[in-house]
Amino acid sequence: MSYLDKAALKVVGTRPIRPDGVDKVIGRASFGADMTMPGMLWGKVKRSPHAHARITKIDTSKAEKLNGVLAVVTAADFPNIPNEEAFVGEGPMNFRDLSRNCMARDKALYDGHAVAAVAATSSAIAEEAVDLIEVEYEVLPHVIDVEEAMADGAPLLHDDMFTQGIEPKPEKPSNVAKRITFTKGDIAKGFAEAELVIERKYSTQPVHQAYIEPHACVVSYGSDGQCTVFSSSQGQFMVRAYCAKLLGIDMANIRAIPAEIGGGFGGKTLVYLEPVALALSKKCGRPVKLVMSREEVFRGTGPAAGGVIEVKIGAKKSGRIVAAELVLKYQAGAFAGSPVGPGCMCAFAMYDLDNVHITGYDVVSNRPKVAAYRAPGAPNSSYGVESCVDELARELGIDPLALREMNAARDGTKTPYGPTLVNVGYIPTLEAAKNHEHYKTKLGPNQGRGVASGFWFNIGGESSASVHVNEDGTVAVVEGNPDIGGSRASMAMMAAEVLGIPYEKVRPVVGDTASIGFTFLTGGSRVTFATGMAVTQAAEKVVEQLKSRAAAIWDISPEAVEWKDGKAFPAGSNAGSFEPLSLADIAVKSGRTGGPITAEVSINAQGAGPGFATHICDVEVDRETGHVKILRYTAVQDVGRAIHPSYVEGQMQGGVTQGIGWALNEEYIYDKNGRLDNPGFLDYRVPVASDLPMIETVMVEVPNPRHPFGARGVGEVPIVPPMAAVANAIADAIGTRMRDLPMSPPKIRAALDEQEPPRLAAE
Amino acid sequence: MPRVNYAAPSSVDEAVKALAGASGLAKVLAGGTDLLVQLRSGRIKPDLIVDTKRIPGMIGIRDEGNFFVIGAATPGVMLSSHAGLEHAWPGIVEGADLIGSTQIQGRASLAGNLCNASPAADSVPAVIAARTIVVIAGANGRREAPAEAICTGPGRTSLATGEFIVEFKIPKPKAHQCDAYLRFIPRTEMDIAVVGCGTNVTLDANGVCTDARVVLGAVAPTTVIVEDAAKALIGHKLDDATLAALDKAAQAACKPITDKRGTIEYRTKVAGVLARRTAAIAFERAAAR
Repeated sequence: MSYLDKAALKVVGTRPIRPDGVDKVIGRASFGADMTMPGMLWGKVKRSPHAHARITKIDTSKAEKLNGVLAVVTAADFPNIPNEEAFVGEGPMNFRDLSRNCMARDKALYDGHAVAAVAATSSAIAEEAVDLIEVEYEVLPHVIDVEEAMADGAPLLHDDMFTQGIEPKPEKPSNVAKRITFTKGDIAKGFAEAELVIERKYSTQPVHQAYIEPHACVVSYGSDGQCTVFSSSQGQFMVRAYCAKLLGIDMANIRAIPAEIGGGFGGKTLVYLEPVALALSKKCGRPVKLVMSREEVFRGTGPAAGGVIEVKIGAKKSGRIVAAELVLKYQAGAFAGSPVGPGCMCAFAMYDLDNVHITGYDVVSNRPKVAAYRAPGAPNSSYGVESCVDELARELGIDPLALREMNAARDGTKTPYGPTLVNVGYIPTLEAAKNHEHYKTKLGPNQGRGVASGFWFNIGGESSASVHVNEDGTVAVVEGNPDIGGSRASMAMMAAEVLGIPYEKVRPVVGDTASIGFTFLTGGSRVTFATGMAVTQAAEKVVEQLKSRAAAIWDISPEAVEWKDGKAFPAGSNAGSFEPLSLADIAVKSGRTGGPITAEVSINAQGAGPGFATHICDVEVDRETGHVKILRYTAVQDVGRAIHPSYVEGQMQGGVTQGIGWALNEEYIYDKNGRLDNPGFLDYRVPVASDLPMIETVMVEVPNPRHPFGARGVGEVPIVPPMAAVANAIADAIGTRMRDLPMSPPKIRAALDEQEPPRLAAE
Repeated sequence: MPRVNYAAPSSVDEAVKALAGASGLAKVLAGGTDLLVQLRSGRIKPDLIVDTKRIPGMIGIRDEGNFFVIGAATPGVMLSSHAGLEHAWPGIVEGADLIGSTQIQGRASLAGNLCNASPAADSVPAVIAARTIVVIAGANGRREAPAEAICTGPGRTSLATGEFIVEFKIPKPKAHQCDAYLRFIPRTEMDIAVVGCGTNVTLDANGVCTDARVVLGAVAPTTVIVEDAAKALIGHKLDDATLAALDKAAQAACKPITDKRGTIEYRTKVAGVLARRTAAIAFERAAAR
C-alpha cells in the first residue's frame, strides 16, 4: 500500500515524544559502559606510543604475575586472518586489516594502536598491569600527511601494498592502495569549449566523529563456546559478524545485544573492543568489560578521512559548466579503505554535466584507520567542488544559486558514476533557498554570505521487523537497527499509521541478534527507508490477519472486511451488518480465532531516493583576531517525507553543527614523532552551543515513491554543504579565499595580513 | 595498587601540620577542578590530598575596609554573584567567570587557578593588575606576597613545602579606577586562553590616565606585567597614538611558544589586540565612575 497522500495521514508527520526520550533525559538509559555481569572483570588495552614501529618482543610475564590479573592477550591470541574483503560494515573493510587494527600484529602503525590487553579484578589493577607489559619496538620512520605518503621514498606502511587500479601492476609497493577513475563524455573537448577555466587546490583535515559515548562493551565467552556481547554500536549484526570472523566462532554462538548508543555518526560501524574483550574472556573464563577513555577514542578510533581536492572547472560565460575534472587524494589511515569512492561519486552529482573526469587515490599513512562519518567521502570532495563553483560564480558575476540552478541535476540526469536520477528534489532546494527571507537580508561590515549544495546517495538494504499484537490491543514492534536518530519513534509512527491506532499504543524495541531477523547496520541513512518499509509491510500483514479474524468472528469472507481507523468494518451492506471490531476487540479473542497475531517481514529494500541539500551561511569575521562568528545558518533539504519532522530537523541541525566544526576548528595535531598532541575535547575543538546560532531548517518534501510513506534518508546529506558554505561566506566577508581547512583564527588572521591594501578605484 | 590519603582539616594549623608531615607528594585541594583531572589522567600521583574547604574563612568574601578579602577556596559562582566585588572589579569577576562551565564555576577557585600555575589562567591577570596581595600559611606562620610572586613557571610556584594560600586581599578601587579582562579562544567558551589580558587603569577627572597595570597571560612562562604598556597609557587619554603605543608595548613583551593552542606570531599579534580592547573597556568604565 501507499501512504503518499499527506493529508490522509494521522500519525506520520506529527511530533510525538520519542519512546527512549525519558530514560535518556533522566540518565536511566543503559549505554555500553552501564552493563555489568556476575563475576565481571575490567579490561584495559595497551597502546603503541609510536607512530610506526616493528614489534620485536612482548613480555607479559610481569603483568600476568600481578595479583588480580586473570588474562593478558596479544596478537598471538587471535587467529591470523587472511586477506579477505568484508562487506559487513559501512564502507570497505578487510577482515585481515580489521583484525590487525583491533590488535597490532608485527607492526604498530599509529600512535594509539592496540598492542596488548589485560583483564583484572579492578580497573586500577588493569591499569597497573598494562604498564607492566614490556613491548620492545624497533621505531620506523613514519608519515602523517597524505601527499607526503604518496611521494617517492615515503616510509612504507605495508610492503605488500601495490596500487590497485593501475595496469600493469606496479613493480614497487606504495602507500597508495588504490586508484579509481570515473569518466563521462570527453573532458578535453569540454575544456576546449570553455570560455573560463578555474583550477584550484583545496584540502581538508581528518576529523573525529566525536560521539559523546566512548566505545564500550561487556562480553562473556562461555566455557561451552556460547558468547554474549553487549555493546554500543551501530549494528549488533555487524558486531556478531566481525567477532565471529575475527575469532573463528560460529555466528549461532554469539548473541550480540545492542546497548543504547551515545552517538555514532558512522564511527560505530566497526569494532575495536569486542573481539579483544572476547579473547580476554575466553582466556580467563570470566565476563570482561572494556571501556575506552576519551584519549583512547581520539588516538585509536575513527576519524573521517581528510585529503586533498584538486578541482578544475570549465564554463561558458553564461555560467554553463562544460567540463569538470577532479583529483582526490584521501587519507585512509593505517589500512586501505578511505571513502574516496563515494567522494568521487558525490562530487559532481549535483550537476548535469556532459564532460567529467574524476580520479581518486586511497592513501595509507600512520594515523588511525578512518571510519565512516556521515556521508563518508562526500563532505571533502564537495568542499572543493562547491568552493570552486563559488569562485566561478564570483568570477562570472553570476548569483551562486542561479549558477547552480543553471547546471542543476534533475530527473533524467545521468550521473558521472553511472545511474540516472529519478524523483530528485535538488532544484526545489535551490528555489526554496533563493526565496528564503535569509537570502535577501542585508549584511553589515566584515560580514559575508555563502551558499553551497550537497548530495548523498542514501541506501536501502536488508532489514527485518516484526509486529506483535498484545492481548490488550497494544502492539510491540521489534526491529534490528540501533536507534541513533529517533528511529524507534519513526518505526512506531509508521506502524501506528498502518494499524490505525494511537502512537502511544505501539512500543518499539531494538532486538538482539537472536530475536529478530538479519538487519544491516544503522548507516547510509537507511533505517527510516528500509527498516521503515519492513515495519510497514509487517503492520500490513497484521492488518490482513486482523481482517481475517474479524471475518471469522462474523463468519463472512475476509475480502468482505475493511480496515479503517483501527477497526474492522463490513465492506458494504452486502457483507452483512455487524458492529465494528476494534484492534483490541480482535486481540482479546485472538486465542479463539487462530492464536497470536504477529508478522515478521525481512526484505532487501531497493529504491532509496538520493538526498540533496542547499545551505545558506552568514558569518562575521573579526579582522584583528581572525575569529569567525556564524551569524545565521539556514539548511534547506529534500527530505522526501518527514515521518517525525522534529527528528528530521534535528538531523539537519546536527549535520550542520558538525560541518561547521570541520570548517572552522577541528583538526588533529601531531608532534614530530607522529604522536597525537590533542586527544581530548579541550584542544580538539568541536563547536560548543554558544558558538552557533539556532540552525534554521527548511524541509522540502519531494516524496520518494519507492517508500510507502515517501521517505528518503535525511541523516547524512546535511554535513555535506557546510564547509563550502562557511568558506564561501568567509571569502565574501574578507575578500580572500580560504582553501585549507580548518579555517581557524590564526590562518584567517595570517590571510588578512597578506592582503594587499585595498586597490583604488582608478587602478 | 596506587593509594592516596585524604585529609580534611578544620583549621589552618591542622592543614599546615598535615602538609608538613606528609611523606611524598602532598597536594592542596581547593575546588579541585584541576587536581581531579590531573589525578584521573595519571599526570600526578600524590600521596596526600589536603582538602582546605572545611577551614573557616576559606570560602567567602569579606569586606574589610580598604580590601575585599576572598577566601582561597571561594568558588567562581560566589565571586560573580557578589554585587560589591562585581561593581568594584568587573575585570576580576570576568576572568574568574570564564573558567570552565557553569558546573566548574561551582568549585573553581582563585587559589586553585593561581597555584595550578598555568600561564593561561584566566583569573590571574586581572587579579595581578589590581595589585592583589595573597596571604600564605605555612610552618613559620603567615606571610603576605603580591599575587605575581606566586607563579614562577608552568606548573611551578614560589610556595614552600607545606605552604598554602589562605586568602586574597584585593584593594578597593580609587576614584576613576576600573579594570577589564579579555581572553582570546577559538570558540566562545569551554576553552583555554590563547592570549589573556587584564588591564587596570586609574584616570583623573579629565580622563587622563594616572596609573595603569597591563598584565598578559599565555604569552610567556608566567603572566607578564607589561611595564611599557603601563607607561604608554600613563599621562595619556586613550587616543589612536596611545592605542598604537600600547599595542606595540604589549607585543614587545610577549615571549610565547608555538603549541597546539597558537603560534608565536599569532599570540603576539593578538596580545596587542587584547591590550587595546581591554584598555578601551577599562577606560570607559573608569571614566563612568
